[in-house]
Amino acid sequence: MNAHLVLKTVSKALIPLIALFALYVQFHGDFGPGGGFQAGVIMAAAVILYALVYGLQEAKRAVPPIVVRLGASLGALLFAGVGVVTLFLGGDFLDYDVLPGGQHAGIIAVELGVLLTVACVMVIIFYAFSGRARDISDEEW
Amino acid sequence: MDPLQILDIAFLGMLLAVAFAIVRINSLFAVVMLTGVYSLLSAAWFVVLDAVDVAFTEAAVGAGISTVLMLGAMLLTAREAKPPKFRQQIGPLFAAIATGALLFYALPDMPAYGSADSPANSYVGAEYLERTSEEIHMPNVVTAVLASYRGYDTLGETVVIFTAGVAVLLLLGASGAGAGGGVSATRKREEDE
Repeated sequence: MNAHLVLKTVSKALIPLIALFALYVQFHGDFGPGGGFQAGVIMAAAVILYALVYGLQEAKRAVPPIVVRLGASLGALLFAGVGVVTLFLGGDFLDYDVLPGGQHAGIIAVELGVLLTVACVMVIIFYAFSGRARDISDEEW
Repeated sequence: MDPLQILDIAFLGMLLAVAFAIVRINSLFAVVMLTGVYSLLSAAWFVVLDAVDVAFTEAAVGAGISTVLMLGAMLLTAREAKPPKFRQQIGPLFAAIATGALLFYALPDMPAYGSADSPANSYVGAEYLERTSEEIHMPNVVTAVLASYRGYDTLGETVVIFTAGVAVLLLLGASGAGAGGGVSATRKREEDE
């Protein structure tokens, strides 16, 4: 179990930082480069790093497949849902001006949808691929 | 010479070298790693070209996630590619040369880099730049265009990604319905054989 002690220790320190950086990219996207797509991929990278170092089973215990499937659907639903809400408030589809928070609230909401879908779909694809492969044996590291 | 131009040439030269290496090397592991290097180099070059948002995406998606996914795919196949026969390479060689010649033929019609008259900087692009600060109250015009002015397109992109996830689940993930079902099911099948 101690074969990759350095890797495990370093990634244990890195993973929270990666997740935090994803949130920074997400919520700073209005002011600097970044946004839902990039943040989603970085968030997925945190989960994938965990899976690579600690094994797929551990990662699936921490982030169960059912959760990522629900998250992927919820994200797309949230984005489209904002459009439907603006329709009901009397505006056009995805016209954020009619929302209580204006344009900014709308953008934050849809970017959150993008984050959810992108992060979860990346993890779904990774789970699907690596779930088929045999674990890398220690000699091959 | 403009120092940025030296960077341009340096990055393009490195991209070319990596691309040649990818074509020539048969070890798939090295090829996957080199595609990651290629993405990271392009991301660095995009920064030089002032396309920070694109660079960000390229670094995260190209160098990060797709390298890992390619590694996962490689584990399912072989570690070494068979060296292709010369006869099989003639067709692709001609296709590549023809495409390259067409691109060079089209090159003079492209607007100069950073040109104010280029289609991207005039018409609707200029309008977005003018209107974003009053209409969206947001410093990053890229985000404003992506999420608000072009909200439909971004919704479409999100649904495309969602569809890709659903497609992968339908093709590969059926056995992984429960937590960890995929691995044990595959293992079991292998043991049966």
